Amino acid sequence: MGLRSPEIVADAKPGQFVMIRVGSGIEPLLRRPFSICGRQGNDVFLVLYRVVGKGTAIMAETEKGGRLSVLGPLGNGFELPKPGQTVVLVAGGIGVAPLFSLAQAVKEKDIQFMAGFGSSDEIIRMDPINDLNGINISFSTDDGTKGHAGLVTDLLDEYLKKNRDRSDSMSLFICGPLPMLKRVAAMALDHNISCHASLESAMACGLGACQGCAVRSSSQEKTEFYHVCKDGPVFPIGTIDWNSL
Amino acid sequence: MSSQPDLRVKLGPLDLKNPVITASGTFGYGREYKDIVDPNLLGGIILKGLSLKPRAGNPPPRIVETPCGMLNAIGLANMGLDAFMKQELPRLQTLDTAVIANIYGHSIDEYGELAAALKGVDGISAIEVNISCPNVERGGMAFGTDPDVSAEVTGKVVRNTDKPVIVKLSPNVKDIRIIAKAVEEAGAHALSLINTITGMAIDIETRAPKLANITGGLSGPAIRPVAIHMVYQAVQTVDIPVIGVGGIMDSRDALEFLIAGAHAVQVGTANFVAPRATLDILEGLKIFCRDNDVAQISELIGSLKIAE
Ligand SMILES: Cc1cc2nc3c(=O)[nH]c(=O)nc-3n(C[C@H](O)[C@H](O)[C@H](O)COP(=O)(O)OP(=O)(O)OC[C@H]3O[C@@H](n4cnc5c(N)ncnc54)[C@H](O)[C@@H]3O)c2cc1C
Ligand SMILES: Cc1cc2nc3c(=O)[nH]c(=O)nc-3n(C[C@H](O)[C@H](O)[C@H](O)COP(=O)(O)O)c2cc1C
Ligand code: FES
Repeated sequence: MGLRSPEIVADAKPGQFVMIRVGSGIEPLLRRPFSICGRQGNDVFLVLYRVVGKGTAIMAETEKGGRLSVLGPLGNGFELPKPGQTVVLVAGGIGVAPLFSLAQAVKEKDIQFMAGFGSSDEIIRMDPINDLNGINISFSTDDGTKGHAGLVTDLLDEYLKKNRDRSDSMSLFICGPLPMLKRVAAMALDHNISCHASLESAMACGLGACQGCAVRSSSQEKTEFYHVCKDGPVFPIGTIDWNSL
Repeated sequence: MSSQPDLRVKLGPLDLKNPVITASGTFGYGREYKDIVDPNLLGGIILKGLSLKPRAGNPPPRIVETPCGMLNAIGLANMGLDAFMKQELPRLQTLDTAVIANIYGHSIDEYGELAAALKGVDGISAIEVNISCPNVERGGMAFGTDPDVSAEVTGKVVRNTDKPVIVKLSPNVKDIRIIAKAVEEAGAHALSLINTITGMAIDIETRAPKLANITGGLSGPAIRPVAIHMVYQAVQTVDIPVIGVGGIMDSRDALEFLIAGAHAVQVGTANFVAPRATLDILEGLKIFCRDNDVAQISELIGSLKIAE
């Protein structure tokens, strides 16, 4: 959905998110976190969502021209890749959302976008509204109805094998279901490639106040937990204890 | 009525400019909401629960939404006393509102040590004592479930500080009146109630508890009727002022507590749902006073009418 808020559009960085209040009553109670997946002009930002429960079901009923209470932009967002880097984006399902915003921000760069879905009819395309025309996206589907039949990690594996000598100049950005994130994180660590993951966690405040969104850090000396809403949602993969997830 | 209603209330020795306070653990140190809520407009802010040593807290998942509420098992994660004094206190000292430190310990001595460390500290207006946490000396049973232990903790803190002492009661008890009385006799200047109600939620697909800690504390509108009832019971039992907490989302909810007999209210989970909730509640209270010819909000406190 597109949401009009010049303030949020002006402040938002790729990879940041908003907390949306669905409905105005006390059920469902908490706001829902959604990545900002792009912008249209100077006053509309876009949110891509999948209906998975009661909150998103209510969102789907929101009428055009309606009003929603939105808190944001929140979180750290992606650190933009350095000049000369090849930007490799790997998404699973709705995980394309934050990566679309990054792709939009760095579209003059060399971008490799790989996106995996269950089936061809689940594929989310953002090209027309998000101005991602020039970007080449390779797809994988579990059922083989579009692109590679299999996992998006297969696509990445193939790409990394082909470009082994260039791993120094690659920046990986990933978002998707946990099993996918874990595999890609392991591959990136293996190939010693810079890699940032956008994580999800249950959230209450989105502001760093409740400490509800903790994720275990890989270095107990630094801190035992990070908070996804404030320290994240984007983390260098090396800072997270993936075994705890 | 044209003039502004007088919103000031007294919590024993503590004067508040209005009865709206943020609840511990839901407003961080105020800083997290700096772009949204000016704490100086509030009656006070109660800080995140503070312990002697830093605490990382419980493993995730720590929160889960439930009907009209949420369960949390944060595990009282906080930076500990030393870091608090260095990193948070200086900014808090510049605020023009009641800044209330919320303390908890794992032994009665720890409560005493924390109270002593905050004695005479500029910028801390009062101490709220969380007695809902597990007592390691007694096999993890919460301090606040036993009247004698509750009184012992209260007495220890009162003796170790020069500040007003507010004791925050646990609702997970057989009879809140017995604890309220014991704590009053031990020297507390005010009571806060209620803390969260212990609860649990299960994922039927995995058959596992939804919280890593298995149980959590229920908060939000779901607990408000329980809180109202406990405030009502407490104000009939003790002479010290009571602060009402539990499920307050708007000014009508806050008024319910005041009418039940609370001298002030704390807003918790509502800060997550509507970050400006405290300011909206304040505005709503003003409008209610104006519309109902209430010159001083204190007139409403305990104005409950029960037919003979
Ligand atoms: C930083 C961040 C960015 C996100 N971006 C997107 C996005 O761009 N598009 C999208 O479709 N989804 C996104 N999600 C997931 C989205 O927040 C959940 O799908 C949504 O909250 C589900 O709400 P519901 O009421 O429909 O589901 P319910 O299952 O009924 O929700 C119950 C509770 O669980 C929480 N919850 C459920 N699933 C998740 C989840 N995967 N992550 C976090 N909390 C969850 C809800 O917020 C709510 O409090 C994001 C999550 C995070 C943390
Ligand atoms: C995420 C969270 C953290 C909390 N942390 C504390 C705490 O550190 N100390 C404390 O005394 N109460 C704590 N509480 C309890 C609240 O202060 C309050 O008593 C309770 O949530 C009921 O009020 P509410 O329904 O308005 O949230 C916490 C509550 C929540 C939801
Ligand atoms: S959601 Fe409250 S601290 Fe992250």
